[in-house]
Amino acid sequence: MPSDYVPILIYLLVATFIAAFALVLPHYLGPRRPNPAKSDTIESGKLSYGDARRRVPVQYYIVAMVFILFDIEVLFFYPWAVLFWDLKWYGLVQIAIFAFLLVESYIYIWKKGAFKWK
Amino acid sequence: MPIEIPTLNVIALAPQIVVVVTALVVMALDISLTDKRVVGYVSLLGLAAAAVVTFALLGGPAQAIQQMAVSDGYALVLNLVFIVTAALAILVALGYLDERELQHGEYYALLLFSTAGMMLMAAATDLIVVFMGLEIMSVALYILAAFNHRQVGSGEAGMKYFILGAFASAFFLYGVALLYGATGSTNLHAIGEWFSPDRGNLGDPLALVGLGLLLIGFAFKVAAVPFQWWTPDVYHGAPTSVTAFMSVGAKAAGFAALVRILMVSFDQAFTLDWQLVLAVLAVLTMTVGNIAALAQKDVKRMLAYSSVAHAGYILVGVVPATMTGVKGVLFYLMAYAFMNIGAFAVIAVLEHRDAIGTALSDYAGLSTRKPFLALAMAVFMFSLTGIPPFVGFWGKLYVFRAAVEANMSWLAVVGVINSAISAFYYLSVVVQMYMRTPTDETAAAPALRLSGPVVVTLALALVATVVLGLWPTPLVNLTALGIFG
Repeated sequence: MPSDYVPILIYLLVATFIAAFALVLPHYLGPRRPNPAKSDTIESGKLSYGDARRRVPVQYYIVAMVFILFDIEVLFFYPWAVLFWDLKWYGLVQIAIFAFLLVESYIYIWKKGAFKWK
Repeated sequence: MPIEIPTLNVIALAPQIVVVVTALVVMALDISLTDKRVVGYVSLLGLAAAAVVTFALLGGPAQAIQQMAVSDGYALVLNLVFIVTAALAILVALGYLDERELQHGEYYALLLFSTAGMMLMAAATDLIVVFMGLEIMSVALYILAAFNHRQVGSGEAGMKYFILGAFASAFFLYGVALLYGATGSTNLHAIGEWFSPDRGNLGDPLALVGLGLLLIGFAFKVAAVPFQWWTPDVYHGAPTSVTAFMSVGAKAAGFAALVRILMVSFDQAFTLDWQLVLAVLAVLTMTVGNIAALAQKDVKRMLAYSSVAHAGYILVGVVPATMTGVKGVLFYLMAYAFMNIGAFAVIAVLEHRDAIGTALSDYAGLSTRKPFLALAMAVFMFSLTGIPPFVGFWGKLYVFRAAVEANMSWLAVVGVINSAISAFYYLSVVVQMYMRTPTDETAAAPALRLSGPVVVTLALALVATVVLGLWPTPLVNLTALGIFG
């Protein structure tokens, strides 16, 4: 029944309205007192320098990617370590499979020369 | 609070696990061997092992793993489709990559991971697992499409496929979210129960919008109108061995998950509200694909549009949402795997470096230059048109019959008319090969070399297309096992 879809239409209209509202209203109502520190780029409290449009060594791309991968994957070890005794052999086997996959990929990218800064 | 340790029935995913382990072995071999062709042969061995495991499970009781995935007849028959697709694609790649100095171990590892993703989609009984399979398959395919890094077109294909594919995944996920919001579950059976008539939830708008968004995601993956725009560029730009693989594999995987979701979860909800929409999409997909293919002067691009049209024919089998339709779809996918990869194998042979040699005029007089190659191509073209006694004919017969049985004869009529249109461009390739003399240009082109693996691919595809066309009973019996567990 097409009339059943009316709530969804209303929902879409409300969502659009709220989004527009939240963007437009502060622009006109909010006080604006800029100073150099406020207008500066924010990156976790580090002072910015130079221009963002500069050359970055392409090798850095791979290093950054590998870092993200391993950084995130370590997260899986924490819950397992906390619940080590509760999960018994099941957890150990699961994490062993996971660790194996991690080590194989590590050796793989190593041998492929991902860590070489040539 | 004690934690309940889940029991894992690993047997349910045994074929997938075999493929993934093979991919890991392939990665290990890749860093220790210099001759990467060995890696390709090892991949073939792994696929053979997966086929053995699949056959061992076939006909037995359906095994389920945590209500997440199931190895019922339906999943197992589709596993065979994916294994055949991957094996033929690897055989094409062995020769194709060699000639272009692209022989890298990553190719086979990615192809195997992609295959495992497809198999997971066919086995999944939970929308989250469907999504996982979809992503495992797609991410590998994005990289494979851009595999020919020396060629701009290949990079463009990978980039387009990646960006549009990410959009489609987002639509799919949004659909899953809405369905979860409406029904309170992502499990296919639980959603099916929620829709059961006595619960009075039929026609619930939120769930139906969710289904609509799922349909968008799948329509993209199987290249159905109006989400087919990426197809020609990606299929044309990607290395031919990859196009062969994804034109069949990604399509089969998309239909695999779509059909299971429609049959298990929606059933009546689908027939009430979305059936007509999908029927119209089927008509548009067939017509747009065929008419666009008519205008192509390039055989590879023409086959890309023909792949859109075939998605339309398969949709004709999906729309009735009956078991006859499901069997028709399974038959069609298996038939399509043989004839389409066969046709792409011929293109791979004729294509020189830098995507030259795929124009229609390059096929002029092929019958005098390479009689076997021309004969194989002619058979694949006849089969894709749906001319008996080739296997493509039976595929079309079964999906159209499902539409007729479901009182949708008009859909079958449109399908037949479209097949007649498609004859024009398929047969124009045959005309070029057999009734035109080679132009000066093609005569001056470098001699065609048929590498061993390509001959094997062509022979296998040719034998399957002809034998299963003359005697379809084994394949019919196989698809009859494709039931939901």
